[in-house]
Amino acid sequence: MSDTAHGDVTVDRLALADELAGSAADGIARVASPEVAEYALRLGDDALVNAQQLGMWITRAPELEEDVALGNIGLDLLGHARSLLHYAGTASDRSEDDLAYWRDEPEWRNAWLFEQPNGDFACTIARQLVASLYWFELYGALTESTDPTLAAIAAKAVKEVDYHRDHAVQWTLRLAGGTDESRRRMIEGVTVTWPYVDELFADDDLVERLAADGVAVLPSSLRPAFEAAIDAVFAEAELERPSGRTAYTASGGGRGGSHTERLGPLLAEMQVLARQHRGASW
Amino acid sequence: MTAPADLRPVTGEASDADGQAAFDAIIAADSRIEPRDWMPEAYRKTLIRQISQHAHSEIIGMQPESNWITRAPSLKRKAILMAKVQDEAGHGLYLYSAAQTLGISREEMMQQLIEGRARYSSIFNYTTPTWADMGAIGWLVDGAAICNQVPLCRASYGPYGRAMVRICKEESFHQRQGFEILLELMQGTEAQREMAQESVNRWYWPSLQMFGPPDDQSPNSAQSMAWNIKRFSNDELRQRFVGMLVPQAEVLGVTLPDPNLAWNEEKQAYDMSEIDWTEFNEVLGGRGPANAERLRRRREAHEEGAWVREAAAEYARKQALKQKAVA
Repeated sequence: MSDTAHGDVTVDRLALADELAGSAADGIARVASPEVAEYALRLGDDALVNAQQLGMWITRAPELEEDVALGNIGLDLLGHARSLLHYAGTASDRSEDDLAYWRDEPEWRNAWLFEQPNGDFACTIARQLVASLYWFELYGALTESTDPTLAAIAAKAVKEVDYHRDHAVQWTLRLAGGTDESRRRMIEGVTVTWPYVDELFADDDLVERLAADGVAVLPSSLRPAFEAAIDAVFAEAELERPSGRTAYTASGGGRGGSHTERLGPLLAEMQVLARQHRGASW
Repeated sequence: MTAPADLRPVTGEASDADGQAAFDAIIAADSRIEPRDWMPEAYRKTLIRQISQHAHSEIIGMQPESNWITRAPSLKRKAILMAKVQDEAGHGLYLYSAAQTLGISREEMMQQLIEGRARYSSIFNYTTPTWADMGAIGWLVDGAAICNQVPLCRASYGPYGRAMVRICKEESFHQRQGFEILLELMQGTEAQREMAQESVNRWYWPSLQMFGPPDDQSPNSAQSMAWNIKRFSNDELRQRFVGMLVPQAEVLGVTLPDPNLAWNEEKQAYDMSEIDWTEFNEVLGGRGPANAERLRRRREAHEEGAWVREAAAEYARKQALKQKAVA
């Protein structure tokens, strides 16, 4: 590198379409039907809300390596979200940013798990363990989707989620098998996360119709593989699925636009600047 | 955490006179000193100070930018910003590793930082109230850092020079991204243009101060230049930086906030206003806009993460015991 190499500031804009998986996998830009768009929106919102949470860890993680790792996972999820929202937006001529910044809380379709706060590191790891094991099964199955765009997005995502899964599993083992304090915190993390598991696997009319066409994956069909995977992790970590007095199942409702108290402030923070400048580009 | 034994500097084996002669010959040949080579204690100390300060700057420097990750105004900008802050953590890690080859542990450096005994670049004690600051930091702060750092790729200490090669490649990319943020703002609405100019007004002078005091007031420069750690003087680098900024500011359409900035044909250099070193010294002395906040955040993250690091160490110990029992 020469001493003057830095002086070269050329303005080459990144081509947006190239960054988005599946947007034109075979050169054909596809338009989602309203139902496929709704499905893509659910998956995209899950990823974006989770990415937003992980972004909050950067500069606050317990080790520099974890600033990098959690940031990396967040960045992958943000990539999935962008691809999915971009596709969802083709049905209504809206951009990924229109969907991310200009929808209000009741229009968000993410499951409640993803909007649960970070809590301490163990709580975040418990949430990411459930999320990544779920996503690994989902995207693995979705690579077979008859919708080529969803299949292409899933093919990219499943490789990344495989690494996220490893990260969460390794930390679950370390925290559960580390000190008394870390074990107590890991158990607490699993306890506060568990109520949100059921919603991930709930079917409804939309996914049943789309699954019948081979477009979507029926959430309930993913549950056996998810449970086998998480039970194996729990067995090695000597953890148990929460049961007893404090165990419960949250009502859920994110797919229909009803959310916990956490989502409003999260969206307010994410959308504040974009909404101060309507029509501006960045 | 300590450096592996074979990476500790071998200061005892060679006699000092032989060692000094070999060291002088390497420096005279403009070649590289490696971790196992004999080196003068002052050279080692200077490098530990400089490399650890540089690592700390990367780590503290994550904070002003992470301030906008959750509020970035488009998903593309959010992705770019997250990647950038992550790169900075990576730079910190390479640099801590380079310093470890000189016989100091990362834990010790981290303690020095959170106890306020180590310095980092004062520029990160300024705050980032607007989105345009993400552009100005990239363009001006990363730009100034590159001017300082590109010559360090040839620094005489091998691990440092090699770390800087990687870092400089990523920094050039960051600078370009900062420029692009400002360009987008300057081509945007009236409010966006004002936001960009206001941010450039705030960051311009502090970025010039990043090159350090004028040459006649820079106490450590001469020795560092003799050791081939530093290659150009503070004022030379500052001139080079301003020379780079002027045409770029024209492309952007921003005004650099110095009414006396003009090309002097006779001197073949830019004339500029006197830098206000009072402010620089205030910030350096710990009384800048965010000194306390930056250290507090770093200390909290470190202290709140202690139980996680202890858990990881304890788990590793237990696993090692289990493997031993099996063997």
